[in-house]
Amino acid sequence: MTSTEARKQQYRVIGTRPIRHDGLDKVTGRARYGADIHLPGLLTGKVLRSPHAHARIRGIDASKALALPGVEAVVTAADFPIHEDMEIDLVETLGNLRVLAENIMASEKVLYRGHAVAAVAATSAAIAEEALGLIEVDYEVLPPVLNGPDAMDANSPRLHENMTTHSVAKRFERGTDTGVGSNIASHLQFKLGDPEAGFAEADVIVEREYTTSTVHQGYIEPHTATALWDFDGQVTLWSSSQGAFGMRAQTAAVLGIPESRVKAIPMEIGGGFGGKLNTYLDPVAAALSRETGKPVKITMDRAEVFIATGPTSATRSRIKLGAKKDGTLTAAWSELVYEAGAFPGSPVGAGASTGFAPYKIENILVDGYDVVVNKPKVAAYRAPGSPQAAFAIESAMSELAEKLGMDPIELRLKNVIRPGDRLPTGVPLLPTGCEEMEKAMRSHPHYNAPIEGPNRGRGVAVGFWGNAGNSSSATVSVTADGGVTLVTGSVDIGGTRASLAMQAAEVLGITAEDVRPSVGDTASVGWTGQTGGSRTTFSTGLAVVAAAEKVRDEMVKRAAILLETEPEKIEFDAGTFKNGAGKSLSFQEVAAAQVRTGGSITASASSNPRQVGPAFAGHIVDVEVDPETGKVEILRYTAFQDVGTAAHPSYVEGQIQGAVAQGVGWALNEEYVWSEDGRMENASFLDYRMPTTLDLPMIETVLIEEPNPAHPFGIRGVGEVCIVPPMAAIANAVANATGRRLTHLPMSPGRILEALERPATNGTGG
Amino acid sequence: MANETPVSIKVNGKEEQRDVEPRLLLAHFLREDLGLTGTHIGCDTTQCGACTVLIDGKSVKACTVFAVQADGSEVTTIEGVGAEGELHPVQEGFWEEHGLQCGYCTPGMIMSGIHLLNENKNPSEQEIREGISGNFCRCTGYQHIVNAIQYAAKKG
Repeated sequence: MTSTEARKQQYRVIGTRPIRHDGLDKVTGRARYGADIHLPGLLTGKVLRSPHAHARIRGIDASKALALPGVEAVVTAADFPIHEDMEIDLVETLGNLRVLAENIMASEKVLYRGHAVAAVAATSAAIAEEALGLIEVDYEVLPPVLNGPDAMDANSPRLHENMTTHSVAKRFERGTDTGVGSNIASHLQFKLGDPEAGFAEADVIVEREYTTSTVHQGYIEPHTATALWDFDGQVTLWSSSQGAFGMRAQTAAVLGIPESRVKAIPMEIGGGFGGKLNTYLDPVAAALSRETGKPVKITMDRAEVFIATGPTSATRSRIKLGAKKDGTLTAAWSELVYEAGAFPGSPVGAGASTGFAPYKIENILVDGYDVVVNKPKVAAYRAPGSPQAAFAIESAMSELAEKLGMDPIELRLKNVIRPGDRLPTGVPLLPTGCEEMEKAMRSHPHYNAPIEGPNRGRGVAVGFWGNAGNSSSATVSVTADGGVTLVTGSVDIGGTRASLAMQAAEVLGITAEDVRPSVGDTASVGWTGQTGGSRTTFSTGLAVVAAAEKVRDEMVKRAAILLETEPEKIEFDAGTFKNGAGKSLSFQEVAAAQVRTGGSITASASSNPRQVGPAFAGHIVDVEVDPETGKVEILRYTAFQDVGTAAHPSYVEGQIQGAVAQGVGWALNEEYVWSEDGRMENASFLDYRMPTTLDLPMIETVLIEEPNPAHPFGIRGVGEVCIVPPMAAIANAVANATGRRLTHLPMSPGRILEALERPATNGTGG
Repeated sequence: MANETPVSIKVNGKEEQRDVEPRLLLAHFLREDLGLTGTHIGCDTTQCGACTVLIDGKSVKACTVFAVQADGSEVTTIEGVGAEGELHPVQEGFWEEHGLQCGYCTPGMIMSGIHLLNENKNPSEQEIREGISGNFCRCTGYQHIVNAIQYAAKKG
């Protein structure tokens, strides 16, 4: 690892690599994930799913299922309240209560194959499964529409008869209703300067169209939910989710009960990557529990995870770039069509606002379309929406570099965005190290190593992600033995208990091991946004630091009592309280005396950052393309990133390496294969091929540590931006290796072989 | 229930006798009948490896074996690895080398790692990658997992 270690000399704990607090449980099998919960009288729930991509439900007859011994309840949409359109907070995506409820249980129409239509609770999984086969659903099958551009056609079948296109000028706004009925939920447009004049000034123009397939987050743990609707009307949830408060809010809203009646207990989570921000099962399990008076657990199988949760959008992007001979970009245009799946809410807004963000361009026009199709409703997937736009724009940038005869990193540096420059959204960029990062790429040994051997090539790409802030809560309490307990509301997916404990330790002058971090349920800690948007170490960290500072200040007062002096005279240094006259007390001594010096020492705080601190990543990759089989092998991979202060460098590296692995899958193999009637034909890990150990080399990481001014230790969100560059970097490397530009993801062996049959272009610029 | 078959399986050193349906998978037997939930289920179709256990010392995906097929065998799950207060070197490696993020694949990875090191005390990086290629991890990119097994190999 290369790192600007010198910056961190001021910290004792931040920047070190302690082992994780939850490690013992996780290496011994004791950690309890969602499906590991077992309660007395527990029933098994199963969900009946639509066999059609588009159909009207004429009627549902569950009488035969209910007659089966062991079946205790069947619920359908009739057992849930009817909701109007209402916005709810899902951190990274727009949430609409009506959409959420209808996605969880179809009412009048099924809109994708896999859409839930009924659910059963039974005394065993086998009986529940058998009961599903006894539920009779009368469908009027309708023609489906299965891709974005087709769905935009005015003559296309319509998913939602009453839906009209909204015109949106700002991300996260609903916009103005055009009144035009369509499958286009919204048309978003950002404009900077005069794009037409900018293109007229250009010496060189690149204009291309790119497409990407539907891909899934691919977390290894399937969704699961357990609910108990008690006789007093209290509902308890044990969830695998990216946030207990999100599950509480969504479940209460869908069931039409007050949030205060729901308690959500977060279990360990086996990966999420954005896909477990939304609930699919919790309200269904709760409704079944309400009907039976018993706890109900529903666990998806892998096929259900593929067909009935939210993958990310398939897209079509049209890109046009104009530049002067010296490489200065004069104008840029993108038209992004993102499939939302069955209901509005694709991440096209994020794609539109991030794709051109690494560049200072005076004249930009971005058109984004959020389009409904008869596929599962998409959910967030790591930097949602940004990778698809970056695949297109970064491919076009490297092609532009080649046309200009410029080095691809030089072209990017020539146009690099600097702090204070306007992003495509018009917002000025906060201090970040995009330029430093690109210079580090240019001078790195990987970039300057010769590429030896036939069919080999090198590619580069960069990417941007805004990161989320949002509010979190934390409570720090001092234990008599000189440690502290730390409770936050942030579900820990990748090591945040450790990264948060380290921040408390830094403030309190103790070790990370002295802090016992845990994840609270919704009744034991203040409201906390979900673990998503690369926000936890940053924003929950702010709450932890604030709570720890309150505790430290109280400890100073107690030390003053014990040392018989004024608090102002106490000097606090690395966990020791000094009175300035040669006497001192350790953290442990003050902690042990807490009750007799004024009562227990505990403090809570919440965060609400006004600024967040965005992130840039840049990747260099070498590939070898096998001309016989079309297989692309990754030979060498180096990932650069402005990570702010790396709180725990090993975890930062792990985030980057994991994102690269997902990116390699997205680039080369992963895709939903659809039949003409909208069936996913490869709904298993055998046929939806994710990278294994053998598909990846060791991934080198280079951490650029430009401190984030929005955090006292300079911490910046790191988990998402690293999935933005891989697809374009690999496409650029394939072009460099083969002389052919692939404009569709994934670049699977079949597509590589097809491309190799075309004559080579000059496309050698990585 | 009718149609049940008696099985006797030594699990983590303890003889377990149960009557089970012939269709019951070993993974479900371990999790539901014995409460050994450290064996995770990720895919039901023998790709992900989260349910990997040792049967008579060989790593096997427990969702690909019926409980009745394991009759008379010795099964080791993650709960049977290491001793109280003393982790197996592979367990220690995963903890020390940050070989996990969400931890869901970890028990299966550890079981595959143990089998690998039982067969080959000093594997190369490529041999480690081959040894655990039947186990998916979606979080780490595998690098710290490879490091974890190298740590265990060094420790012996």
